[in-house]
Amino acid sequence: MTEVTPTGPQDSAATTAAAVPPEAPIKAEAAQAAATKKTNLREYGIVGALVAIVILFQVLTGGKLLMPDNVASLFQQNAYVMVLAIGMVMVIIAGHIDLSVGSIVAFIGGVLAIAMVNWNLPWVLAVIIGLALGLVIGAWQGFWVAYVGVPAFIVTLAGMLIFRGLAILIVGETIAGLPSGFVGISNAGLLGLLGYAGAADILTLVIGIAAIVAFLFSQLRTRRTMKSHDLRVEPSAMFLTKLVGVSLLIAVFTWILAQSAIGTPYVLILVAILILAYAFLMGRTVFGRHIYAIGGNVHAAVLSGVNVKTMNFRIFVNMGLLASIAALVTTSRAGAALAAAGSNYELDAIAACFIGGTAVTGGVGKVSGVIVGALIMGVLNMGLSIIGTNPALQNVIKGLVLLIAVAFDLINKRRAAGA
Amino acid sequence: MSASTTSDVILEMRDITKTFPGVKALSGVNFSVRRGEVHAICGENGAGKSTLMKVLSGVHPHGSYDGEILFEGHPCSYKSVRDSEKDGIVIIHQELALSPHLSIAENIFLGNEQATRGVINWYKTNAEASKLLTRVGLSEGPDTKIVNIGVGKQQLVEIAKALSKDVKLLILDEPTAALNDEDSAHLLGLIRKLREQGITCIIISHKLNEIAAIADSTTIIRDGMTIETLDMHGAERVTEERIIRGMVGRSLDNRFPDHTPQIGEEIFRLQDWTVYHPQDPSRVVVDHANLTVRRGEIVGIAGLMGAGRTELAMSVFGRTWGTKISGTVFVNGKQVDTSNVTKAIRAGLAYASEDRKRFGLNLIDDIKHNTTAAALGKISKRGVVDQSEEYRIAELYRRKLNTKTPTVDAFVGKLSGGNQQKVVLSKWMFTDPDVLILDEPTRGIDVGAKYEIYTHINALADAGKGVLVISSELPELIGLCDRIYALSQGVITGEVPRAEATQERLMHFMTKEKEVAGR
Repeated sequence: MTEVTPTGPQDSAATTAAAVPPEAPIKAEAAQAAATKKTNLREYGIVGALVAIVILFQVLTGGKLLMPDNVASLFQQNAYVMVLAIGMVMVIIAGHIDLSVGSIVAFIGGVLAIAMVNWNLPWVLAVIIGLALGLVIGAWQGFWVAYVGVPAFIVTLAGMLIFRGLAILIVGETIAGLPSGFVGISNAGLLGLLGYAGAADILTLVIGIAAIVAFLFSQLRTRRTMKSHDLRVEPSAMFLTKLVGVSLLIAVFTWILAQSAIGTPYVLILVAILILAYAFLMGRTVFGRHIYAIGGNVHAAVLSGVNVKTMNFRIFVNMGLLASIAALVTTSRAGAALAAAGSNYELDAIAACFIGGTAVTGGVGKVSGVIVGALIMGVLNMGLSIIGTNPALQNVIKGLVLLIAVAFDLINKRRAAGA
Repeated sequence: MSASTTSDVILEMRDITKTFPGVKALSGVNFSVRRGEVHAICGENGAGKSTLMKVLSGVHPHGSYDGEILFEGHPCSYKSVRDSEKDGIVIIHQELALSPHLSIAENIFLGNEQATRGVINWYKTNAEASKLLTRVGLSEGPDTKIVNIGVGKQQLVEIAKALSKDVKLLILDEPTAALNDEDSAHLLGLIRKLREQGITCIIISHKLNEIAAIADSTTIIRDGMTIETLDMHGAERVTEERIIRGMVGRSLDNRFPDHTPQIGEEIFRLQDWTVYHPQDPSRVVVDHANLTVRRGEIVGIAGLMGAGRTELAMSVFGRTWGTKISGTVFVNGKQVDTSNVTKAIRAGLAYASEDRKRFGLNLIDDIKHNTTAAALGKISKRGVVDQSEEYRIAELYRRKLNTKTPTVDAFVGKLSGGNQQKVVLSKWMFTDPDVLILDEPTRGIDVGAKYEIYTHINALADAGKGVLVISSELPELIGLCDRIYALSQGVITGEVPRAEATQERLMHFMTKEKEVAGR
């Protein structure tokens, strides 16, 4: 057995020191520092854009946007974008696209309603059926993409037609009369379990404080690890500003939510769990790493032993699962299954990904980024509705925001690269 | 060539300084080219050769650099490549810029269509293209699609395209880097012919023997400065060693580190290995190949382009190339299954591709992720990557291989070729293989970094591994390997121990016809 002793280090150091132009490391270092700064700015930039849009609409709506019940329904109405965007970002990072998720939401929503209304199944069982169906649909699409090699654009374009058609077939127009437990998922929240402090729900406040503590703890831990490996960390002042800024945001947000009629919405808890789980999956696991590897350079991934077919299959199965969760929150929110449900949801999710900094060419993207992207879309939806903008005009505005966000990103990157 | 009179001088670049944020790429470069000569530019990667040519051709527009350019006596202020092409300066980049699904003729006149009022005159296009193809010695019809011709011929199409623009000064950036010897020879012949027709040529090349063969003058650039211009027909003969001394700023007497092999028992054996072409399953690409590698041994595979070297390696490594593969692989005397990459890695094999950018690295990811990419299992528990361990491993290999980077968080795409290759080596060393197959391990790497890579290859052999090196550069194989197999048309035609290895002898086997080799 040979231990990995790649080379005699002293040897190579001695022979190579003279052969390498001395300024090479300095050049690389300067470029690297610039790149690090750019990435940071990019991430802060999008959070800044979100804050700016919130403030803009807060003013335009005369303070209505951030009223407690509006904040709660902001989440309830836009949970689907976040859920779908989490799956979509994985699909896009791997170099694919999924156009079918909106139709899948309608179809699974229909099945959920039929299970509860026509078959009289308990809603929990219906939900399980819905989730299983999501996995099956994901496997169907994954099969064509991964094992037959049909481009995802085509497979999911077909899926868009197929599942929309199936949804109309089984639903007709509307199936209403869903059980209240099910409807509660997207319309109620954890409230009053720990009593009230004035008008504020204590449980919500506790959750908010826990979130701040967890955030600070994880940030400090990451920074310590980075430092222990002599890695470049952002300057202390910048880091501190970030900690204080984000903590304040969470605090303000918690305080507002605590005064809403429903406390902490159930969907917010659901979405938060999904965000944490998938951020971990993408950032810390072999599975996530392989997705980035495929999107970054599929040939290199193959030659590094990544089973690209299996991975592509799993990515689509996962997308199917998340589409079924989106179907769940959408159907619950509406209190009924609609054949027309979920239309343009795929576009909302894709837009959230690209606003959130995902690369069109794959290989680059983050769960945290697309969540901010989804929130931007959500605040736009909410704010424009409150000020009573014509829905047609809302589409125009959302389209322009997407265009400008991606163009801005590209110009930034070009400036960084061409420097 | 300060002695030359100004009337001969077609191009003069004076005191060119080009600064990128934080980096001075060129500082006060002086460079002059005589009319009708072939002028070579040499220098290590990152020395500033390409930047200088980009300044000249207007890729870096006038105003973004300091200094003066005189072309045919007139000061130039090119804002774009179009401007410089108007004056007859054409640059052919290393990565060819041809559109693969268009025909040769369409490519030649791309952007310069033979049209009247926007309607293309196909008769004229094809007729003109034919004339140009004859000039560059291509027998293909002008309507042949680019995808259907090899890289060597594509290079000629690029030159034909340049000729269509009435080129006066042709700049070739590493024109033979991707070509086999035959195509290279043809290209060099063409450059000579163009010189006779009065076309001045600047050629950037790493292949010093070619420069010695073709250049009239050679300018050496190091660290963004002109070091010297050598007259290749002067009193003192300019040897490759002389050029290298200029490039690295010291004499590099020995291009290969000294190494005494400690060869042990057999570690790798390939038996009756046969591979067919995936698109054309009737074509045999590797034909009943047998080869062995012993512990501590560095074994070379020599072969002309198309001989099946990479195909052999990739078919062994997880059947990543080819179809109808048959034969057996033995590692440490035991037959192993290498039918997919994961199994091949588990069996103790590693394969570093000849094209590290396309097949070796994820350029948009950082060093640490690339280092661990092929052995993530070693640093993860139940699918969760231990990031601290990952940093430690990446840092360990960075230090071992002396990779020049501030941190292992640096993006691989930003590194120089030599440092990228070190990341590739790190990645495969971390899989702890018994046998490493290194395909063109020093392609596109400058002289100094090559020496480092050789040192690491020797160290791997000394650690008891078997190393199989595929290379197009015969001196490299002879300098590095303990034993060399020659491959010709998929057949192993010869086996030469180091003591008997000469370029002539290897070339004899490499060009041996299949019928003669028999089976």
